[in-house]
Amino acid sequence: MSARIKWRRFVSNFMLTLTGLCALVSVSVLFLILGYLVFNGGRSINWAFFTQLPKPVGEAGGGMANAIVGSAKLLMAASLLGVPIGFFGGVYLAEFSGSAVASVVRYAADLLNGVPSIVIGIFAYSMVVLPFRHFSTLAGAFALGLMMIPITLRSTEEFLGGVPRYLREGAMALGASKWRTIATVVVPAAYRGILTAILLALARVAGETAPLLFTAFGNRYWSEGWGQPTASLPVVIFNYAVSPYEDWHRQAWAAGLVLLGLILIINILARTILSRGIAVPRS
Amino acid sequence: MQASPKPGLSVNIVSNVGPVAHGASAPLPMRMTISKVNFYYGSKQILFDINMGIADKRVTALIGPSGCGKSTLLRALNRMHETFHTSRLEGEIQLDGQNILAQDVTSLRRRVGMVFQRPNPFPKSIFDNVAYGLRINGIKGSTSEMVEKSLRRAALWEEVKDHLHKSAYELSGGQQQRLCIARALAVEPEVLLLDEPCSALDPISTAKIEELLVELKNLTTIGIVTHNMQQAARVSDFTAFLLTGQMIEFNPTPQLFTTPSDPRTEAYITGRFG
Amino acid sequence: MATSGTTLPNAGPATGSRSFLSRLRDGDEIARLITMVFAATVVLITLLLVYELWTNSALARAKFGLHFLVTRVWDPNIDQYGALPFMYGTLVTSAVALLIAVPLGIGAAIFLAELAPPRISDTLQFFIDLLAAVPSVIYGLLGVFIIVPLMRTVIFPGLNKPLGFLPFFKGPSYGVGFLTAGMVLAIMVIPYIISVSREVLLSVPRDQREAALALGSTRWESTWQVVVPFAKTGILGSVFLALARALGETMAVTMVIGNTPTISASLFSPGDSIASVIANQFTEATGDVYLQALVELGLVLFLMTFILNGLARILIVVTTQKGSGVPVG
Repeated sequence: MSARIKWRRFVSNFMLTLTGLCALVSVSVLFLILGYLVFNGGRSINWAFFTQLPKPVGEAGGGMANAIVGSAKLLMAASLLGVPIGFFGGVYLAEFSGSAVASVVRYAADLLNGVPSIVIGIFAYSMVVLPFRHFSTLAGAFALGLMMIPITLRSTEEFLGGVPRYLREGAMALGASKWRTIATVVVPAAYRGILTAILLALARVAGETAPLLFTAFGNRYWSEGWGQPTASLPVVIFNYAVSPYEDWHRQAWAAGLVLLGLILIINILARTILSRGIAVPRS
Repeated sequence: MQASPKPGLSVNIVSNVGPVAHGASAPLPMRMTISKVNFYYGSKQILFDINMGIADKRVTALIGPSGCGKSTLLRALNRMHETFHTSRLEGEIQLDGQNILAQDVTSLRRRVGMVFQRPNPFPKSIFDNVAYGLRINGIKGSTSEMVEKSLRRAALWEEVKDHLHKSAYELSGGQQQRLCIARALAVEPEVLLLDEPCSALDPISTAKIEELLVELKNLTTIGIVTHNMQQAARVSDFTAFLLTGQMIEFNPTPQLFTTPSDPRTEAYITGRFG
Repeated sequence: MATSGTTLPNAGPATGSRSFLSRLRDGDEIARLITMVFAATVVLITLLLVYELWTNSALARAKFGLHFLVTRVWDPNIDQYGALPFMYGTLVTSAVALLIAVPLGIGAAIFLAELAPPRISDTLQFFIDLLAAVPSVIYGLLGVFIIVPLMRTVIFPGLNKPLGFLPFFKGPSYGVGFLTAGMVLAIMVIPYIISVSREVLLSVPRDQREAALALGSTRWESTWQVVVPFAKTGILGSVFLALARALGETMAVTMVIGNTPTISASLFSPGDSIASVIANQFTEATGDVYLQALVELGLVLFLMTFILNGLARILIVVTTQKGSGVPVG
């Protein structure tokens, strides 16, 4: 082999190894994050963490019960807003609309999807906080719900559209009307993909902080009903992490572990078990 | 039943090609020899005990119905089968007496070039397409002269000489395929393999390329896979007929097409199947 | 797409010729109307969002005009607001992020698309997808407690001693700053570059690579000189997408950028970005002009990401379509 070819082969092997390193570095970040969270946050996870309210500033101990409940309320309400709009909008696109209207709706959804989350927060502030003159769970849920719409809509459209013709025709040939066909045949055929997308959307907004900063705002106590400001896990993590208190840092790590753990579990479940054999929307 | 040649550098085959000046049984050198080749994709066997040769400065055609393994065999000759992880080759393939499987594959492929079924020029200019092989192999000399030489040999020069820096994708399908031939010729391979080069082209482009091949064999040894029997009959000096992975017959073209020695060959060429 | 081209068994004569009320009794029409309302809501919300951003920044826009974008001063005490420090911070941190993330991301994508066997490629891609699901505030945690100390103890001395004569690397460093934020952002946008570039590379037709190999290229030569150039438009699209993400990133940046509206060439200087100043000051904004200036910042951010996302989409679509149809005439 000539020297030149030897050199070219060396370069080839070297560069290809380098790309492998890039892949390794990128993937290992995930495990680094998990490692740090488990190491720093693991020891602070205890019963108190889940059941107690935060202690006054400067006192050690306490927990994040209100933040956990607050996040749960926010997510529940957000789903109530975002999922129906996204789902039925997707049904319209897949089953009823013409292509021109469909493009417009799709474009709007993509646009909404690309809006930075803090700008969504500004919008929610002007729509829900200003009229009622205070921060509220509702406002936070509004912001998060908006963020769930685009993923739900696009995925619903995609999965409904993927249901084969012959299934629909089978139902219609038996005399089923269009809406009955959709409700009893098409949607059940596509439900796994749609459910996966909804779960992924939920996982995404569960970690969102920015839109909550001036909608749900925060609360050191329980939040009554839906019209009061409420604590939420991501915002508490933020506030505790940037505070000067050691004990709050410790709690921030623990909360981070809980939050990421939940998000990753939802993601893994949705991407593996639920969506066996179907293509999953990328984040 | 089979007229399979024995492995070795030369084969006692009657040559009816060209002027008969040499006499009826002058031995013809084989540029490449294929001996006892079995080929597998995973656990599925595609080729069974293939023995044949590619004659020097001649056109050898591989014909047979879809799925008979002719493309697989062709691609083994420059080890392109190695791009699939599960492929496995047993047996020996020699180029000028040396086993190609034991050599460095990069140098092998410079000596044995390939043109593919669908024209596949790179997203570069016409000039850069042809120059690609020259550049990566570090071939010394004037690049533009060598590019011109290749384009002339591929009968494309007149059509593109004023547009060398335009994108290759602006050419028509037939022109793109001739560009691919020029690209392959630029590194002056000893053997040029073409895998159904005209199947994606219109009849006029096909005719141009067939003319080209007949001229090119003076320059380089040619192996061609074709599903078009008439093309094989028009263009090649030797033809090998494959059926479900087996070599049924390998003979000089006029002999195979007029007096095939195997009934299966006869059935195929008279259109009874395939 | 709608499958409403076929005639339904019980639809009766073509819909146009029936009265509205009789169509309404038919469940299909109701279903169509209801779902249409939901779909329309999506469009409405989007329009409303733009409208609200526009009107709620009216005061500030009237007062400052386009000068807003180039004024350095941001002083609530005298009601003077200029976006320049934040635009600078946003752009610098994004640039740093891309400088780190693009080579790493494209390298990883090349490995996943060209080299790794399909099973390994898919598994690694799965992990990359999980990485994209990690929320911003968690990256912020890592930034504050791991990267900031690292910056103070290792990175700053490591860069400042040999290269401190360059304006980019002048000290001092407090741990937070443009470089720290850029590094955290880089980690956050790598998954997007990898995912999209990998898909785009996988869509390059096999025979491009084979043609290169058949000419005697090494694997790296065929990848770098043929496959990657073929996909370069789509890869560029992935970079735009990553940039759009980086621009809008709020929490992680807020936690490590230093939150001082400074314009400085030094990467170690603390600064501020558009998203983080909104996050920090929105709830403390007193007075209409103050608040509306912040909303105007939101409008600017919206426009920037809007344009970038649009460009990215075009680039990606163009490349994946190119892969499936080289003209053969």
